[in-house]
Amino acid sequence: MKKSILAGLILMSTSVLIPISAGAGEVNSLRGDTDIDAPSNKVVVKRNISDQAPIARDYVQQPPLIPHKTKGYKINLKFNKCLTCHSWSNYQKAGATKISLTHFTGSDGEEMSNVAPRRYFCNQCHVPQANAKPLVDNSFQPVNVIK
Amino acid sequence: MNIKSLIKILRSPSTATLGSLLVAGFVAGIIFWGGFNTAMEATNTETFCISCHEMKENVYLEYKDTIHYTNRTGVRATCPDCHVPKPWIHKMVRKVQASNELLHKALGTIDTPEKFEEKRLKLAQNVWRSMKSTDSRECRNCHNYESMDFAEQQRRAVTNHSKGLESGETCIDCHKGIAHSLPALYEVDPSAVTGNAGH
Repeated sequence: MKKSILAGLILMSTSVLIPISAGAGEVNSLRGDTDIDAPSNKVVVKRNISDQAPIARDYVQQPPLIPHKTKGYKINLKFNKCLTCHSWSNYQKAGATKISLTHFTGSDGEEMSNVAPRRYFCNQCHVPQANAKPLVDNSFQPVNVIK
Repeated sequence: MNIKSLIKILRSPSTATLGSLLVAGFVAGIIFWGGFNTAMEATNTETFCISCHEMKENVYLEYKDTIHYTNRTGVRATCPDCHVPKPWIHKMVRKVQASNELLHKALGTIDTPEKFEEKRLKLAQNVWRSMKSTDSRECRNCHNYESMDFAEQQRRAVTNHSKGLESGETCIDCHKGIAHSLPALYEVDPSAVTGNAGH
């Protein structure tokens, strides 16, 4: 009993101490170093790139990035706005990339006649792009075959 | 006064001068026509449309999420801009058709979100059909094909607008569900819904 109280106390004190020590200099909150009372730094609203040619992949298994805006595109039980252009029935007329056949495989490996529920929510993997600089440097290079 | 004596008075020649009759008729005309037009314009406002909860709690909420409600330049298209024709004769026709909507308001045909959702496909198809038949007249009050500068448009827009112009398509053929949620697409376009839902 005493041991567990002691352990609890140690745990509590470390959890209090860690943020204090981390707050000393190296790590800033997203809000920056400004005082609580002061107005926060001016927030730059990042804009999605509205329309461009398909973006090359950086690694082989990368879900292709969305080269256009998706504002207002809804995906729900009743319809999927993306598929109104990217489905197999619509891609030719829309001039869009068609959804990959891999998306027709259900979670038990069964082949379906339409997009599998687990692959239905496009923006879980495919994302539109904004003019945002990487937060940390990255020296990643694509492999030769997709360079 | 019974009806017969009223008719008798109406049929007998007036003792007033022709001038005063004309002036009185003119003034009465202004009042009646002005009153008629004012009343009709009053039914042509967003406030009037969303005074029914059927509109306010379904389509209006969805519209508030779209570019026709809020956008960069602050130009807003409200309900009648898209759903009531501007030319007088077409406007009158639409207003007469609206009496059917009053009937269904009284019958409570879509007075719950569930009932509305059940009818959504049918209602949407009605609007799509009428927009198609008028060559999207209400869209073109603002979005005029002739004044569109394709050079200023985005890649996807240029391609599809040029194609559309050639093949004689109209706005609504592609721009469905831009101001309100799309209906369930199980029947319209099953490829845009997951799995075999709805079947």
